[in-house]
Amino acid sequence: MDLSSINPILLLASLMVAATPILLAAIGELVVERAGVLNLGVEGMMITGAVCGFVVAVNSGSPWLGFVGAAVGGALLSVVFGVLTQFLLSNQVATGLALTLFGLGLSALLGQGYIGIKAPSFPDWDIPLLGDIPIVGPIVFQHDPMVYVGLIIVAGVWAFLKYSRAGLILRAVGENHEAAHALGYHVVRVRMLAIMFGGACAGLGGAYLSLVRVPQWTEGMTAGAGWIALAIVVFASWRPWRLLLGAYLFGGVTVLQLNLQAAGAAIAVEYLSMAPYLATIAVLVIMRAGRAPGSLGQSFHASR
Amino acid sequence: MTIKNILAGATVALGMATGAVADGHEPVKVGFVYVGPVGDGGWTYEHDQGRLAVEEALGDQVETVYVESVPEGPDAVRVMTQMALQGADLIFTTSFGYMDQTIEVASQFPDVKFEHATGYKRADNVSTYSARFYEGRAVQGHIAGHMTESNIIGYIASFPIPEVIRGINSAFIHAREVNPDVEFKIVWAYTWFDPAKEAEAANVLIEQGADVILQHTDSTAPQAAAQAAGNVVTFGQASDMAEFAPFPRVSSIIDDWAPYYIARTQAVIDGTWESMDTWDGIGPGMVKIGEITDAVPAEVKASAEDMIERLRTGEYHAFTGPLNRQDGSVWLADGEVADDGTLAGMNFYVEGIDAEIPQ
Repeated sequence: MDLSSINPILLLASLMVAATPILLAAIGELVVERAGVLNLGVEGMMITGAVCGFVVAVNSGSPWLGFVGAAVGGALLSVVFGVLTQFLLSNQVATGLALTLFGLGLSALLGQGYIGIKAPSFPDWDIPLLGDIPIVGPIVFQHDPMVYVGLIIVAGVWAFLKYSRAGLILRAVGENHEAAHALGYHVVRVRMLAIMFGGACAGLGGAYLSLVRVPQWTEGMTAGAGWIALAIVVFASWRPWRLLLGAYLFGGVTVLQLNLQAAGAAIAVEYLSMAPYLATIAVLVIMRAGRAPGSLGQSFHASR
Repeated sequence: MTIKNILAGATVALGMATGAVADGHEPVKVGFVYVGPVGDGGWTYEHDQGRLAVEEALGDQVETVYVESVPEGPDAVRVMTQMALQGADLIFTTSFGYMDQTIEVASQFPDVKFEHATGYKRADNVSTYSARFYEGRAVQGHIAGHMTESNIIGYIASFPIPEVIRGINSAFIHAREVNPDVEFKIVWAYTWFDPAKEAEAANVLIEQGADVILQHTDSTAPQAAAQAAGNVVTFGQASDMAEFAPFPRVSSIIDDWAPYYIARTQAVIDGTWESMDTWDGIGPGMVKIGEITDAVPAEVKASAEDMIERLRTGEYHAFTGPLNRQDGSVWLADGEVADDGTLAGMNFYVEGIDAEIPQ
């Protein structure tokens, strides 16, 4: 066993990269669920974002436009879910699952001509001065821009939910949509906007896979990342900073176990492979679990 | 994934409900069960190329259907059962993890023929088939041993099954043969297809000094990771992955299932199908070696091509003694060749590999 082959600075830096796609998708879903909607279509929106982002980036030559395209693609797919569940009052669980299936199929179709093509890539940002700080610089301040976009979105969502009037309304809709409606708030409008935000974030998470982390388009490439994102929302008790912890914990332990394997650590490989899931469950048990939004998953009809 | 496969099963049902051919005879219905998506660029992609070759070769005598991304577990039983109920005459189950499920479903449908890839359990209506991928690994190991400068070769393994362990051993033996200082770092991904995890595994190996990456997973993500790193050699797995040539991909193992699929389907049409075991390699053409690019030094390319030729003719066997097991005990004496039984159930590393096989 040669643990000296593991560079702790690179390990911690790659933790942030590994966590980013899950973080982006999960923070969007957190907002959706805080509005009282359960969208199980995260995987479908992620992979649609992955292909849309890749296609736009390849054709425009700009990874930034790729991420914009991914957000739009994810949001458009989420509108389908929104219309079905908020206007036609279809079952949210079934519709979300259908959205995942639809997204997987649609992405395979859209991406057929893009297999094996190289997308334009972001150069890593070496933030002046901060990037030069010993140890901390390479870990925190030398990443691609989307790592920081993810962190900014988490901070923004936290501030929005905690301090803004709109955030209070969104939480009210999620806790008790009947009461929110009685107070004159447009429940469906609030939920549609939340759903679209969730779709856009899932799209960004998918594009992070296809444009940064892998980086290429491969059919089915999300390979369950959307389901992990859904689980991390529950792990986080619907709180943004806990969600950041959950994503970094899962991403970090995933990277750590691969590093330990490669270094020949004297720990059974089976345990190492289980580690990301075990660690997440262990922390969930230790931390006080929060309560789900009161109206989560319930359909709202104004005339009821 | 379960609902996806239910819908896929419905698609199978629709596909198999279509009409007879012009001469009034029902076409032979052939089903394929895939472990990954057909667009994976590797293992499943090549199986699907084989399916398409069946359609092209046999025309309206045959009708094919497939279900992709079927997990290795109860879902596989349901998908196979659905195919059999909807009139499939022949079903190819294309992953090791479908072995027990194939046997289970075959026992319930004695009139349906089953072909299971890379497994070892057979029945009157179940054949097994595989390719001697380890021959290709020998060639890759030979090239890798020559080309590594760090003397660290990274290996992304999927599951600890004999097929994968054979590949690791074969690559290691032939890398060590040309470079005694070579060290293998092995990472078990516990997946056949997860591009993000495969890319992460490749990056970890590169960060720990590997300048050659071998993979026994199905996506091209490790190729992309190596390309991004800029100075890392890779090899195509299961498919040519030529989009990454001439570098980082310097050669590849290509699985050519088409001739086998055509022959076995023709046997069903002719009524001559029998349960059998097929294990072919470079000689019969089931394993092909992708073009060795000019990124490989000319003398290494020449010696690799010589090895390919000797493997093709049977003059050389990839597991030829003297070889010891990992614990130092003698496995093969000088000049002795491994028997197929030992290779088929291989559950040990050869001497020199500093790692443990997950149990």
